Amino acid sequence: MPLTLALWSVAALLGVGGIAIALNRSAAATRIIYGLCFGLSLLLFVSAVIPRGAVALTATLPLGLPWIGAHFRLDVLSAFFLAVVNLGGAAASFYAIGYGAHEKHPSRILPFFPAFLVGMNLVVLADDAFTFLVAWEFMSLSSWALVLAHHEVAENRQAAFIYLLMASFGTLALLMAFGLLAGSLGGYSFTAIREAVNEPWKFGPVLMLALLGAGSKAGLAPLHIWLPLAHPAAPSHVSALMSGVMTKVAVYGFVRIVFDLLGPPAFWWSIAPLTMGAVTAALGILYAIIQSDLKKLLAYSTIENIGVIFVALGLALAFKANGLALPAALAFTAALLHAFNHSLFKSVLFFGAGAVQNAAGERDIERLGGLIHPMPWTAFMLLGACLAISALPPLNGFVSEWLLFQAILLSPSLPQWSLKLIVPAVGAVLALSAALAAGCFVRAYGVTFLGRARSEAAIIARETDWWSIAAMSALLALCLLVGLLPSFMIDTISPAAKLFVGGRMPAQAEIPWLSIAPIAESRSTYNGLLIFIFIGISAFLTARAIHLFASRVTRRGPAWDCGYPDPSPLTEYTASSFAQPIRRTFGNLVFVARDHLDMPTPGDTRPARLGVEIRDRVFEGLYAPIARGVGFCASQLNKAQYMTIQGYLGLVFGALITLLLTVAIWP
Amino acid sequence: MAIAFDVAAQGLQMATVLTLAPCLVGLVRKVKARLLRRRGPSIFQPYRDLLRLLRKETVLAENASWLFRSAPYLIFATTWVAASLVPTFAAGLLFSWSGDLIAITALLGSARFFLALSGMDAGTSFGGIGASREMMFASLAEPAMIMIVFVVSLIAGSTQLSEVAAHMLSNFELRVSFGFALIGLAIVAIAENGRIPVDNPATHLELTMVHEAMVLEYSGRHLAMLELAADLKLLLYLSLIACIFAPWGIAPAGADLRLMAYGAAAYVVKLSIGGFSLALFEISTAKMRVFRVPEFLGAALMLGLLGTLLLFVSRGL
Repeated sequence: MPLTLALWSVAALLGVGGIAIALNRSAAATRIIYGLCFGLSLLLFVSAVIPRGAVALTATLPLGLPWIGAHFRLDVLSAFFLAVVNLGGAAASFYAIGYGAHEKHPSRILPFFPAFLVGMNLVVLADDAFTFLVAWEFMSLSSWALVLAHHEVAENRQAAFIYLLMASFGTLALLMAFGLLAGSLGGYSFTAIREAVNEPWKFGPVLMLALLGAGSKAGLAPLHIWLPLAHPAAPSHVSALMSGVMTKVAVYGFVRIVFDLLGPPAFWWSIAPLTMGAVTAALGILYAIIQSDLKKLLAYSTIENIGVIFVALGLALAFKANGLALPAALAFTAALLHAFNHSLFKSVLFFGAGAVQNAAGERDIERLGGLIHPMPWTAFMLLGACLAISALPPLNGFVSEWLLFQAILLSPSLPQWSLKLIVPAVGAVLALSAALAAGCFVRAYGVTFLGRARSEAAIIARETDWWSIAAMSALLALCLLVGLLPSFMIDTISPAAKLFVGGRMPAQAEIPWLSIAPIAESRSTYNGLLIFIFIGISAFLTARAIHLFASRVTRRGPAWDCGYPDPSPLTEYTASSFAQPIRRTFGNLVFVARDHLDMPTPGDTRPARLGVEIRDRVFEGLYAPIARGVGFCASQLNKAQYMTIQGYLGLVFGALITLLLTVAIWP
Repeated sequence: MAIAFDVAAQGLQMATVLTLAPCLVGLVRKVKARLLRRRGPSIFQPYRDLLRLLRKETVLAENASWLFRSAPYLIFATTWVAASLVPTFAAGLLFSWSGDLIAITALLGSARFFLALSGMDAGTSFGGIGASREMMFASLAEPAMIMIVFVVSLIAGSTQLSEVAAHMLSNFELRVSFGFALIGLAIVAIAENGRIPVDNPATHLELTMVHEAMVLEYSGRHLAMLELAADLKLLLYLSLIACIFAPWGIAPAGADLRLMAYGAAAYVVKLSIGGFSLALFEISTAKMRVFRVPEFLGAALMLGLLGTLLLFVSRGL
């Protein structure tokens, strides 16, 4: 029943895409389409959360290749991700009812938005490699079209091109991974792959291909380069979906292949996700902290969070391979919970960034400032989301981080020496990136919303519409709820952990006072609800007591600023000066950052100038040589265009001979 | 009856940290002054300062938002809750399990988050410089703290402070990693509380201040709240060091009144020793340049990492 409902809803979403084309010229099209998307996403969400039996539901439709058909399956893992996808999808659709009204060319977005939702839903429902890959490609292409929505800007065209390249590369990697898994007999249904016993040599290549394929979509370094280009280019509700939800679909792909299809793991499988995850987390947040484009900053922060998720998955693999079921369940739960949490707060952040962009016509935080005065609601929502993403209690980001740290604390029991050395270092990198995330979001929030307006645009900004505020507040309320009552989420994930890593955490909802205690023996507990109540009560009582018994006289005056306040906003601390100490501390290692100071000699009246040079090592070291190589090959092949007729005939003859020889020699 | 006693003990803990915190700061100032051959103000001077601030009117910058006005209470409440989660005179109090050492670290992170934001709210350059430097220090101090938490909890088998104290009391042994953690925690405590050599709480010399730069625009009752929160934070770190590295005297869970009184006496002695050592350390060193601080904190991070690695390699180290 839930699966049928889900498939019908997906079909209806596809139909909504068709309606969008038909309604092309209608003024009400935006509201109708997004309203329908909202309703259908809610239906899909319901189909993911209504209680099912323990057995996975399956369905086969006579679509696709005639002798295979399309297989769909709803098990605990796909139900979890189906809920993540459609919660994000519903929120983005609802937000877009208001936000979409600002769009100049809605017909460039409306048909592709439902298609994008269809793609993501089908990926998590697919139960054979063919359906999975088609859905995956559908998701990539429809989001590519959405990135191209504002194609009049040259930057967006380039972003879309790079996105398309990376997406094709990812699909190619997944295609080969499934090809290896299916073997020579070509059993492409997941059931057949699960039952087949793989030869040991296949594990390494399939793992690597899955990391490359899913990692390129999720934003694992060094395959992350398209995220900071494509996410800002798309309209904000689409950026929220791409950053908050599509990256989770990629995580699903990785989990499905490595934890489910590939068979029982060996310990060395965990090394690549652990190290790549840690590098991704550190690199992502260090890049985020120096960005001044709000949406680019958020995209880099997504990369950081993906790194955290992959570290947790790597730990789960390591524990599972060593038969430590309980720690494996803990790490796996931390990974899924963080994926869920990230989809919530990152959507709020992108919604807020979209609201700011509409209100001020500006995404560069160096030209914003003081938006808390004209946009109090958006400012409040974003403050909550910034707290959540910085992993601060009592919000949800802290809970998943806390679970992950608890899992790391259990890893001395891993017997392998390589893991004993890697895991503490990974833990330190995670702690570092969590602390840097707080700095990054203090900077982003402080420069955008606090202080004084740095430009005319920031002064005339107005509060965003109520649809957007409602979407943001609903997601933020969920962030708070998950932070205060994490036990219910943990219990929701635990059947998936049981299925994929073979262990489950103790049931959390039965622990008194709704605390969470992942490992009974260590007696480490956390209770967000109590801490929230304590902070709330003590803050309230203190404020009351002071207003009753001490002074409550307040006067407004000019800022003190050590006696020399300057009315010009030019004297405010800027975003780049805020990042300067951190850039100086970590920058030489990561960005090869250099400051150039041009100081005129005394008597010279020209202004002093400070230039900062930052280089992208990943791009220069990896992608630039590849691009040069492709360019070189293309220019060599170009010569083939200007040959004589004899030359061409010779080429054809040579090719024929080579092929015949190959056939003759082939055993 | 038992529950009433538990609630009273928990309330007493919250009241203790609140009343002792300004006194501790007064003690450090007094000892510093005496060591510099000055008489110095009475150790109760911080209370008088707070009362005076509370009675004064509050001047808000023209540009200040609601965040600026509510942040002092949030910062104070968060720090107070964090400080009450650290066992002082007794372990295993009624709500001691609601947050562990990681949660305490993160609660201090929340307080810092709001403090840095309120520094940026007035839109002055000093507020920005303070916030920026504070977050830079925190970006190293917080991971260092987490690594120290790792060391401590790998030894004690729990991140819960009451459990850690109980473990240390029952089987205390000298370990290399334990020494690393102590040095690291001391460095973090100095940096987080803005003491010399990282920051100077007594200065208003513009280019060197960090904490003072963030609270520059605050006055009256708001400033009183922030001062009290800063005092509480110092007390928290000293209690933390005392609880982990010198847990002697702490009343175990379910102890009676006599043991708790004994624990309280031991706690006051420990705090005095801590305050005295801090003052001694502060007068024997000079403030360092801002860009030397990352190296100082990096040492703490490396010590924490090294300690964790040692424990991963062998449980006995």
